[in-house]
Amino acid sequence: MCAFRSPITHMCRCRERRHPEGETRMILTAALHVFSYAAFAVFVIAVAVRYHRIQSMPLHLRWDLYPVAHEGKRAHYGGSYFEELDWWTKPREFSLVGELKGMLPEMLFMKALWEHNRPLWFRSFPFHFGLYLLIGWAGLLLIGAIAEVAGVAVSSEGGVGALIHYLTILAGAFGFILSIIGAVALLHRRLTDEEVDGYTSPAHIFNLSLFILALAVGFLTYILADQTFSLARGYIRSLITFNLTTPIGSGAVAAEFLLFSILVAYVPLTHMSHFFTKYFFYHKIRWDDEPNFKGSRIEKEITQALGYRVSWSAPHLKADGKKNWADICTEEVDKEVREEAKKK
Amino acid sequence: MKKTKKIKVEDIGKANGKLTHTDPKDFMPLPPPYDNPENLPPWDPLKNSDSVEASLDDTIAVAIPKPKSKQEEEELVKKFLSGLEKLFTKENNWPFLQLLTLTMEHCAKCQTCSDACHIFEASGRNEVYRPSYRSEVLRRIYNKYLKPGGKFFGRWKHGPIDLNWTTVSRLAELSYRCNICRRCAQTCPIGVDNALITHELRKLFSQELGIAARELHEKGSMLQLRVGSSTGMNPLVVKDNMEFIDEDMTEKTGMKIETPWDKVGADVLLIHNAGEIMAWPENPGAFAVILEAAGVSWTLSSDIPAYDGINYGLWYDDFQLARVAIKHAQAAKKLGVKKIVVGECGHSTKSLMVIADRVLTGDLNIPRESAMTFLEDIVFSGKLKLDPSRNDFPVTLHDPCNMVRLMGIVQPQRRILKYICPKFREMTPCGVNNYCCGGGSGFAIMSGYNFQTWRNHISGRRKLQQVLNAFSDDLSPETHKYLCAPCSNCKGQLRDLLFAYDAWEKCGILYGGLVELIVNAMSDVNPGFIEWEWH
Ligand code: SF4
Ligand code: SF4
Repeated sequence: MCAFRSPITHMCRCRERRHPEGETRMILTAALHVFSYAAFAVFVIAVAVRYHRIQSMPLHLRWDLYPVAHEGKRAHYGGSYFEELDWWTKPREFSLVGELKGMLPEMLFMKALWEHNRPLWFRSFPFHFGLYLLIGWAGLLLIGAIAEVAGVAVSSEGGVGALIHYLTILAGAFGFILSIIGAVALLHRRLTDEEVDGYTSPAHIFNLSLFILALAVGFLTYILADQTFSLARGYIRSLITFNLTTPIGSGAVAAEFLLFSILVAYVPLTHMSHFFTKYFFYHKIRWDDEPNFKGSRIEKEITQALGYRVSWSAPHLKADGKKNWADICTEEVDKEVREEAKKK
Repeated sequence: MKKTKKIKVEDIGKANGKLTHTDPKDFMPLPPPYDNPENLPPWDPLKNSDSVEASLDDTIAVAIPKPKSKQEEEELVKKFLSGLEKLFTKENNWPFLQLLTLTMEHCAKCQTCSDACHIFEASGRNEVYRPSYRSEVLRRIYNKYLKPGGKFFGRWKHGPIDLNWTTVSRLAELSYRCNICRRCAQTCPIGVDNALITHELRKLFSQELGIAARELHEKGSMLQLRVGSSTGMNPLVVKDNMEFIDEDMTEKTGMKIETPWDKVGADVLLIHNAGEIMAWPENPGAFAVILEAAGVSWTLSSDIPAYDGINYGLWYDDFQLARVAIKHAQAAKKLGVKKIVVGECGHSTKSLMVIADRVLTGDLNIPRESAMTFLEDIVFSGKLKLDPSRNDFPVTLHDPCNMVRLMGIVQPQRRILKYICPKFREMTPCGVNNYCCGGGSGFAIMSGYNFQTWRNHISGRRKLQQVLNAFSDDLSPETHKYLCAPCSNCKGQLRDLLFAYDAWEKCGILYGGLVELIVNAMSDVNPGFIEWEWH
């Protein structure tokens, strides 16, 4: 049987086996697979490195900003446990439901933007929600690919396979449409709105253009070459089964995955990594209201930090790299001046 | 709206006159009676600024001396860069490293934060006062000069910038055009905090270059650490002044008042902002009346600087903050009190309760409480006899940013006011969404050159509008109205603001603290504690 035969359509995609064009295509197909693996690896490493870098920074001073979502019954007006008399003697309320209620509308529907910048929300929400749908689409492609490997046909004909089939089409189609509308609208704002004029860098234009290009290619591929996303699923299947030379079946699908791979590798290297660093902004800064009690973990970390040696050189600190935080914070100001005066 | 060419971020480094001008014609309009230009205070122009840096706008807060040589210029830039580098090391900046790194790396430059800023809005959307303007300058400098490949990637990712004496000196001034109220941070869809950048910039200047607003450093935290108080009062003077206040209170209320000093084993160490003792003696006096009437075991400390709760380091220098906070805690430890209660001062409360919470360890970690919760307990305990009809005049409440948006102490003061003031009404917006009084981050005590004009016209404008709107049902001067500001710093700003606009004469608006209203409602003290006189 021809190695280029599609396992789905059972049609042979090479006109003549082992002709030079076929070999080139095979090499290119394998290269695209390798590129996709590499992009995924870059994504994972970049996220892990950034996460680790932030996570391993020392404890910081408190910088709460209210409302704090886990404050339970006080959260809706922005209250805190400091409203309690002798607050340190009372059990601290920590509402996980409250956190979810604070976080989910923000993550899914961009609540802050809705409240504070409605015109931008109408551009940014479709873009982001479209991307969420496309992430769902990619997840469904993966599930479909696994199902196929397990022998479950993913098609319009009944059962779980049909569910995956239709959900994939829905998520993909709406995902592409929404995110393209959003990305174009965002680019339009970048280029025309006086408010952001002067704050738009070449990288902004490039980033949005890259998104528009990738999404447009993805959408056109869907419309013109892969209306059920079976070719896209086939590519994911060849990725997960490490069949690097399995033909992709369409140049458009190959281009689509090339661009998606570039995006996957690129996004976590930029400020767009806020898709996960937002966690720190909320949980580790705004909502970090954990008090320091004697003998606590926080106290240990503070003690350690107070031991760091300091090199700030302003005259009132004169930190030469030998004194540590505790030394400077407990020394008398103008000690030398006073000693000098005493001698006189 | 500005009709002139829009100022760009990179313009900060171009030395061609002033970067921007502040023209009263551009400022946000105010409601009656200040819709009539004749009722507005004049804009005092900037004078005598030849020897100091004054090229940012039409005022001066820091006053950096102009360089005498090229070498001096280069020295400043070099030191700035070395300070910037230190901001990103854990040894030198563990208290804010994580926060700063995140904020530097994730701004989407969407400008959602702009509309939240009262300074930007009141100035007529002056580009230089945009919350993200100064952050963007710093971001570009950091990316260009300190990141590998910054010459190319910095420009690609963020845009052009040039670092020179003009940039650095303007940036120093610009770090004192923000109240650090963090209202902008509340609206950022990502969580980026432009106020933090202001804070870190001020720190860099103070901790590395020894540059800070005089009122905050030399006449502020340094004076406090040397003498005991930024007011200049030493322990003897402060005791003397309090004695005078006790006598005055005894006469005024008919209750015998004697402030206890250095009482070992008292339950509560009360720490006032010492500015109250000097400028608003009725506030510490009213505290004494309430605590005596409620039978609280309390004391003041005469240790340097424990009779002055201010901690200006909060706004410009981590070390100065820690030095003062540690001394406050040491005084409490020496007296063996059960808790420290911080008087009506937002920044003192936040410094000692929140920021110093990760500075004080072991025996110095003594419980600390806000006066709002403490007073709420007393008011509703039944220990005071209260007659709300004595407060039968319109009252509104200003929410001090430090205590409310940044600590979540929202309701106790409201519950008190709703109980004792029948004509209480809220401002809009209020609570954690309030606007800063315009005196935040030290501005209230900064008046050099024409800076007071700047705060009266620009940073305080939004608050004035809010106050006028809250009392819009009757703005006649005959109806006495009370603007309650339970924060010494805010009161300083409101005093200057209302005075500049002649709001007592024109609209009958007086300002004051919360305890004065409580004592005014106490039926077993002589009536008329609030005297309805401008001071
Ligand atoms: S700080 Fe936040 S709101 Fe402001 S420009 Fe940056 S991302 Fe937008
Ligand atoms: S912190 Fe306050 S004053 Fe400063 S930029 Fe933000 S909103 Fe404006």
